[in-house]
Amino acid sequence: MRDLLTTDGLGHDEATAILDTADELKRTLLGREVRKLPTLRGRTVITMFYENSTRTRVSFEIAGKWMSADVINVSAGGSSVGKGESLRDTALTLSAAGADCVIVRHPASGAPHRLSGWLAETRTSVVNAGDGMHEHPTQALLDAATLRERLGSIEGRRIAIVGDVLHSRVARSNVHLLATLGAEVVLVAPPTLLPHGVEQWPVTTAYDLDSQLPGIDAVMMLRVQAERMRGGFFPSAREYSIAYGLNEKRLAMLPDHAVVLHPGPMLRGMEIASPVADSPRAAITEQVSNGVHVRMAVLYHLLAGEEL
Amino acid sequence: MTELLITGARPYGEGDPVDVLVADGVIAEIGERGALRAPSSAEVLDAAGQVLLPGLVDLHTHLREPGREDTETIESGSRAAALGGYTAVFAMANTDPVADNALVTGHVLRRGREAGLVDVHPVGAVTVGLAGERLAEMGTMATGEAGVRIFSDDGKCVADPLLMRRALEYSTSLGVVIAQHAEEPRLTGGAQAHEGERASRLGYVGWPASAEESIVARDCVLARHAGARLHVCHVSTTGTVDVLSWAKGLGVDVSAEVTPHHLLLTDERLETYDPVNKVNPPLRAEPDIERLRQALADGVLDCVATDHAPHAEQDKSCEWDAARPGMLGLQTALSIVADTMVRTGLLDWRGVARVMSERPAEIAGLSDQGRPLAEGEPANLVLVDPDAEWTVRGAELASIAGNTPYDGMRLPAVVTATLLRGRLTAREGKID
Repeated sequence: MRDLLTTDGLGHDEATAILDTADELKRTLLGREVRKLPTLRGRTVITMFYENSTRTRVSFEIAGKWMSADVINVSAGGSSVGKGESLRDTALTLSAAGADCVIVRHPASGAPHRLSGWLAETRTSVVNAGDGMHEHPTQALLDAATLRERLGSIEGRRIAIVGDVLHSRVARSNVHLLATLGAEVVLVAPPTLLPHGVEQWPVTTAYDLDSQLPGIDAVMMLRVQAERMRGGFFPSAREYSIAYGLNEKRLAMLPDHAVVLHPGPMLRGMEIASPVADSPRAAITEQVSNGVHVRMAVLYHLLAGEEL
Repeated sequence: MTELLITGARPYGEGDPVDVLVADGVIAEIGERGALRAPSSAEVLDAAGQVLLPGLVDLHTHLREPGREDTETIESGSRAAALGGYTAVFAMANTDPVADNALVTGHVLRRGREAGLVDVHPVGAVTVGLAGERLAEMGTMATGEAGVRIFSDDGKCVADPLLMRRALEYSTSLGVVIAQHAEEPRLTGGAQAHEGERASRLGYVGWPASAEESIVARDCVLARHAGARLHVCHVSTTGTVDVLSWAKGLGVDVSAEVTPHHLLLTDERLETYDPVNKVNPPLRAEPDIERLRQALADGVLDCVATDHAPHAEQDKSCEWDAARPGMLGLQTALSIVADTMVRTGLLDWRGVARVMSERPAEIAGLSDQGRPLAEGEPANLVLVDPDAEWTVRGAELASIAGNTPYDGMRLPAVVTATLLRGRLTAREGKID
């Protein structure tokens, strides 16, 4: 694997290999006082974030550092990017400066694909850390790692993805990866937040959350961005919360083994009630810690190849 | 004036080859092979059985001068036009400064005449600065040096229904046509690509077909109310064809164009994220291109217009959302039409003459273009080798910019000669 741009087309074996590596790394680091592996010593990893992010950038940075890579963070505000340099020039510059891997988050869908094309003749790998409304593949991988851990398996499981599917890169990456791993996915949202052409995706859809809950093994709540609330996609935050918010009553309608995921940051009280987010059924903090191991695994597969 | 004898040409690709004598800018004589007596000084052009058509007329080009001469000039665009078989082109008003006054339209006309390769007719803006707020001085532009016949805010829609109504009403006193870029801006905020499964999966903000169709429907109603002529630019959807059928059935004085790229390319190109495929309106889905082809053959769509839109390398070599929309078209249009309409049997070469020369000339009110291939008619002609093929190379096209989505594609039909009022402007792929 040279780049990780999308989960669309990521094969079952490839995805499973990344998840297995993540598990192995997690076991290896468990209980260690010094969480540092020498695996990527001498490798340079650069994060390029053109959108604000705390959790994803920090997660990648920790992943790189725990594997002894040199990690450098570039953010759009404090670099030549802010002076109007093109994405292409920035990418070629970072590659020429010695980057083995660039991890990019960008508001434009497909920006990591473009980077990958421009860097095709170099030795620099590209990891998509979230592009526009397109994909966020490492989020889907960490969600899968969490589901495997909590449910034992993904194959045949029924998973609801609830909320703003239209604008969600997390939803798209999860749809592809979960289908590849053999899960049944149902997207639950009002019609205004379901993408055009969704009937051609490997999913079913529903407008009514309550009727779905009893048969669900896991529910992934999506973040509702503030600008969507003003954009007329639904009448009010209150009505959204009444129809799609995951409250305690709805939590009780889920089977006992069912797990609650949220990619964060959460809007407590709106899309998810505080007691639900903090309940033992929620795997939200595990998602964050699994995120580090999954990103370590991705960097390992991209940069270290077979020679662990 | 020198005389030119074209030997063995097949007018409209029909019948036995004939000889055509061109003198003093007109078709002097048409006769059987070897029957014409040309003066010994006459230049001879052996057509070798190729197709002879009236020179092509493009209602929709962006020549970028004044303002973006780094991407195209009237001179370089004229070369591209001549090489593509065109003898008249209409240069859209979205230049910098905008062609919203007679000074700019006069300048464009003169620069076209200086280049002398194709008749360059400026399009005037409908509204000042294309801002959609108040009408530009259409009367001054229409009666001025350039004699502007087409007004358009192309690139932007005249979205305000009251302003569009006024523009249509006002146009009736001038005998001009309003060409609308049909895009309801409230439905296309941030839009990047055809709203469909591909855009959804790939994360592009969708440009819904209804944004085009609702404006076309509205404008047809307004044109009927005003008793005005309406021309619809770059029709891209099945629904717009339905609306146009309905309006024409009611007797609305509406004409419509389709671009070569909307006849050939689909949103499958989105998979690459390469903005060379970014264009407005966006590349649509397979059923749309099928319907557009059929509508062009049926006459619901009147003509082909290129929407030739040169862009600098840095405005395409970037992420999709940051790229400018538009693609080159002048040198590839005839080949795309040959590929999508002639090869498929939807049009014969007489039909090509209709949709690429006669109808556009009629819509624009040009009396010396799109004329029959007959004695005494102006010698605005193009000779096409229908059996030859060529490979498109962006860098080899005459435009300064190289943003062609057809780069590397092999296309049928080669323009071998273009004549503007009897003078060879292009021959064998070179400016004469």
